[in-house]
Amino acid sequence: MAILETQELTYTYSIGSPFEKTAVDHVSLKIEEGQMIGVMGHTGSGKSTLIQHFNGLLRPTSGKILLDGKDIWEDKNNIRNVRFQVGLVFQYPEYQIFEETVYKDIAFGPKNMGLDDNEIKRRVLETANDIGLSEELMERSPFDLSGGQKRRVAIAGVMAMEPKVLILDEPTAGLDPAGRDKILEHIKKYHERTKNTILIVSHSMEDIASFADKILVMNKAKLFCYDDTVNVFARADEISKIGLDVPQITKVFGELKKRGLDFGKEVFTVGYAKDLLIRRLKEREVR
Amino acid sequence: MLKDITIGQYFPGDSLIHRLDPRFKIVITLIFIIMLFTGGSFVCLAIGAVYTLIAVLLSKIPVKMFIKSVKPIMPFLLITAVLNLFLVSTGDVLWKWKFIKITSDGIDISAFMMFRIILLITGTSLLTYTTSPITLTDAIERLLSPLKKLKFPVHELAMMMSIALRFIPTLIEETDKIMSAQKARGAEIDTGSFMTRARNLVSILIPLFISSFRRADELATAMECRCYHGGEGRTRLRQLKSAPRDIAALAVTLLFFGAVITVGILLK
Repeated sequence: MAILETQELTYTYSIGSPFEKTAVDHVSLKIEEGQMIGVMGHTGSGKSTLIQHFNGLLRPTSGKILLDGKDIWEDKNNIRNVRFQVGLVFQYPEYQIFEETVYKDIAFGPKNMGLDDNEIKRRVLETANDIGLSEELMERSPFDLSGGQKRRVAIAGVMAMEPKVLILDEPTAGLDPAGRDKILEHIKKYHERTKNTILIVSHSMEDIASFADKILVMNKAKLFCYDDTVNVFARADEISKIGLDVPQITKVFGELKKRGLDFGKEVFTVGYAKDLLIRRLKEREVR
Repeated sequence: MLKDITIGQYFPGDSLIHRLDPRFKIVITLIFIIMLFTGGSFVCLAIGAVYTLIAVLLSKIPVKMFIKSVKPIMPFLLITAVLNLFLVSTGDVLWKWKFIKITSDGIDISAFMMFRIILLITGTSLLTYTTSPITLTDAIERLLSPLKKLKFPVHELAMMMSIALRFIPTLIEETDKIMSAQKARGAEIDTGSFMTRARNLVSILIPLFISSFRRADELATAMECRCYHGGEGRTRLRQLKSAPRDIAALAVTLLFFGAVITVGILLK
């Protein structure tokens, strides 16, 4: 069964003012449990608005969001519970840090859930380990850390609530390549341990290609497509038409195919491309 | 909830009111305020109301926006009305209970005050609705420029004002974002008991303060990079120019002001 589902979800900003704008337009989709999903779309395509519906921060103008098959807005008083089950990490989440120590900041979410101290401690230390924050950092002030570390503290703050669905809005924006790889690697590690559903918004096709089981593409407030990674990148032409990109390596292999070198498969990670090439070369040698 | 703040909000448009010279608009608004406070009778206020109505219609801004601007001061309005209702002791006594009494004058005065404040808010919000903050501060700087001779830092004041105004929407947006982020971590801000809400406020205020300081620092650096060194010798891209319509608008306003004064004298 789908863990998250939207039915004809529509959201319009500032209804009745000159700034009225429909940001999400009749979006229906189903998100399966345990998958890692890449979300892409242009700035202003509605992807940030869409993900804020998943944990009930925004209430749809029309349409429904179902979590585990239940309408999240059925009982308004239960919405806080929904937020514990669907964790949302905003863009530049380090700006939400406020506690005196790293430990306390990560514990803020679990504490709001009303957990007991032992459970909080277990969760904080476990997620800190997942995200690669060493234990001696726990008593430091988060404001003394580096940008990448602060980002990881903020992400851990949401992860520690152990949400069934974790949504990250551009978790690697503004970080250097090393910091970026580290964060993605740690998110993957967390995914392996918990097997929870994860949605990651990203502008980097290379990043998305490296983790996503499925890709959700938004364009001009509408759902452009939502399909397996292979199928989405196979539509490279359409994707570039809406101003998005496919991974560079996919482009290279697309060109090769046009020039008569068909590998018969969609390629979107460099590692896979390498394997494919080596295999092909070996075949030649044998021949 | 933060979306409801309309103070300082600007609605881009191309109406007659939008196109008026901001200096004239400020002067006209001042005359309008004086007009409301000189008129001591309902007839005077009615003239003011007609004037406001014409201006609102000319601005082509939805009437809803003006209702929205009055909303936040509603409690203040009610308190004023209630105080006047019970504290004014002149006139015919209509209702009495122990030491509390309501008189005809009390009703008159409280209605009058409410009417006056509503007009005041509507008229003055018209100024900010139709003038972008930047032109508004430009105009203030020009209007205050005679004070420069007295070594009053007019330019600095105007610059501070425009920066402050410029950052109101940014700060509101930032607050909204931080609020959402903390709500996503289960902070109770709209719901929960008073104490939990107050405690959770800290989780919003600290990040907000930090980011404000960061922004101020970045802005100062950016200004220095562009060789900002105060107002001396600074020229403007957009010069304020008055047109016949500005004179006409001022004349109409003075006409209404004159009418209010005349009516005031005649009714005495």
